[in-house]
Amino acid sequence: MNALAPSGRSLAPFEARLSGVHDVERKSAAGDLARTGLPGPRVEAWHYTNLRALSGHVFAESDVLFDEKEARAVLASVIPEGSIFEKLPRLVLVNGRIAPGLSSSTASLPEGVSWSSFASAPDFGTQTSPQRDPLVALNTALASDGMQLSVATGVKAGQVLLVSLALSSSGVVSFHPRHNVALAPEASLTLIEISAGNDGQELYFHNPVLTCSLAEGAHLEHVKLQQEAGNAIHLATVYADIAGHATYESFTLTLGSALARHEVHASLAGAHAAVHVNGAQLLGNTQVGDITSVITHSAPDCISRQTVRNVLTDRSRAVFQGKVLVERVAQKTDGYQMNQALLLSPTAEIDAKPELEIYADDVRCSHGATVGALDEEQLFYLRSRGIAGAQARQMLVEAFLIEATDLVRDEVARTLLDGALADALLNRITAEERGS
Amino acid sequence: MSELLKISGLHASIDADGIPKEILRGVDLVVPPGEVHAIMGPNGCGKSTLSYVLAGREEYDVTAGSVSFMGQDLLAMEPEERAAAGLFLAFQAPVELPGVNNANFLRTAVNAVRRARGEPELDAVGFLKTVRAATKNLSMSDDMLKRNVNVGFSGGEKKRNEVLQMTMLQPKLAILDETDSGLDVDALRIVAEGVKNLRSPDFSALVITHHQRLLEYLGPDRIHVMVRGRIVRSGGPELAKQIDVEGYASFLTEAA
Repeated sequence: MNALAPSGRSLAPFEARLSGVHDVERKSAAGDLARTGLPGPRVEAWHYTNLRALSGHVFAESDVLFDEKEARAVLASVIPEGSIFEKLPRLVLVNGRIAPGLSSSTASLPEGVSWSSFASAPDFGTQTSPQRDPLVALNTALASDGMQLSVATGVKAGQVLLVSLALSSSGVVSFHPRHNVALAPEASLTLIEISAGNDGQELYFHNPVLTCSLAEGAHLEHVKLQQEAGNAIHLATVYADIAGHATYESFTLTLGSALARHEVHASLAGAHAAVHVNGAQLLGNTQVGDITSVITHSAPDCISRQTVRNVLTDRSRAVFQGKVLVERVAQKTDGYQMNQALLLSPTAEIDAKPELEIYADDVRCSHGATVGALDEEQLFYLRSRGIAGAQARQMLVEAFLIEATDLVRDEVARTLLDGALADALLNRITAEERGS
Repeated sequence: MSELLKISGLHASIDADGIPKEILRGVDLVVPPGEVHAIMGPNGCGKSTLSYVLAGREEYDVTAGSVSFMGQDLLAMEPEERAAAGLFLAFQAPVELPGVNNANFLRTAVNAVRRARGEPELDAVGFLKTVRAATKNLSMSDDMLKRNVNVGFSGGEKKRNEVLQMTMLQPKLAILDETDSGLDVDALRIVAEGVKNLRSPDFSALVITHHQRLLEYLGPDRIHVMVRGRIVRSGGPELAKQIDVEGYASFLTEAA
């Protein structure tokens, strides 16, 4: 590639900030980006998800000050006051920076669990590959804060909330938080990650990177609710390194933002490890929601599971890319991938790209995809019981997605997702009735 | 009102590979309030089609005739409006609804119908009380309310679930489409008792069946014999006994 003419998209939206970075790692990441540019449609991994929405803006750093009242209101929209979720330990970021006033005190954390801010001691770790992933390079160059959480050996930490709020800024902004979760041997944790924004504010771009490391026998359930503002751009990358007998179970529910991608790189590094990359997307208008995963089986007897369900209305589009790489040593691999979509309008679209690359000879890997409309017989059954058409359709859509969220093992996290889902469907029905 | 349901000259067809296939060819039938009527007939005579047309299934084209239900034009109503007006169809093959909790489904249906009828909605407590009483009568476990609608239910459980819905929705007219098929003797008795419990001057039933047995439990007021999309004979309960002994052979020649 020619260093002077990157093949990808222009870095103009971030140019000024990128040229101001100074430490070694950020400089190196900025250099990687300068070579590649932001990915364009000819980059295979970004063929179905176009980043043109980033062009034509200059993304400034967000304001440090925010309106406390606005923050509380947005927070209450995802963690209702008086709900069980309000009692969980939480770390809240506002526009990419930790907001201690909205977060729980360190003292409220269970014994053996600790967190610190990325800003206080930036550590990028060794799991990511900014050279290969431009969105990670962008994060590395511009990350200013984030959560660094660790759970000590054998500690069952329960649920911890990581909340990222986007509040009104003066102009178009972006934030690039850097999170790390480290589980010591036999530790367990449910990480509930929520992104929420204030509808009606200016365009913002949320570009988080989360690195997870799971030692022998550790168990991390990572449940994500993405409920950004309607015009937002959300491009997240997760890395999970999973040691033997450890399990990384993840579920992402995409409800918000105009353009979203949740990309997971999971590496099964020890025997009898397991990874679940599940998710659901409820998309409308011209929303684009992308769930991409790269799962590498580097050890024998490991399990990978992916089940993603999409409900698409209007002119929305879902993307599912799932790559499973089974290395030669990874005998007895058990891999399963399923992507299902309900297309509720003739202009909605799903692009699915399963990819199996297998070098071991004794493996079981399967993948499948289904695309369909609502079942007329089920609809008639509900209507014959007095339930009007719009409500009957809503019930069936909710049922389809609830069958996905049922995969979330942690009951508190599942309740949070199902509640958000029910609210989103209700808003949609109300919007339909208003004729908008 | 001497007519709860009045079907006159009803013709209906279904699209079979682009060609309309006529299934109902002039059905005439009257069900007065408070009566139990049975429709019997050989396979493919149009019994199930009639029940679907009455419940408002869209695949069927009504090409001629009329249906009035409590003096209203039934065919002009949406399926949910028919349910609210008091029509209930117990499906021959109840539909499975994965991801839909049975209790939530029932409560949603009951309250949709109550709203439409101008009655107050049932709150969670009121609903539970009513539904518990109904499930007890049908020998249904609480577990069946917690499961997804009809998913993993046995044939008998599905039929009982239909009768449970019927009990909760309090229809004026229940159409039972082969509700007795695939049931063992005990299940048949439970289902029949469930229907019998609803008998009142305000409740009528149209029972589609092949078997004498369910009718023995229910004690029908009239039997109608349907052959090739028409009612060819109507009579008292003795007609069911005659069919049980002789089959439909004599009616087939009648219809030809």
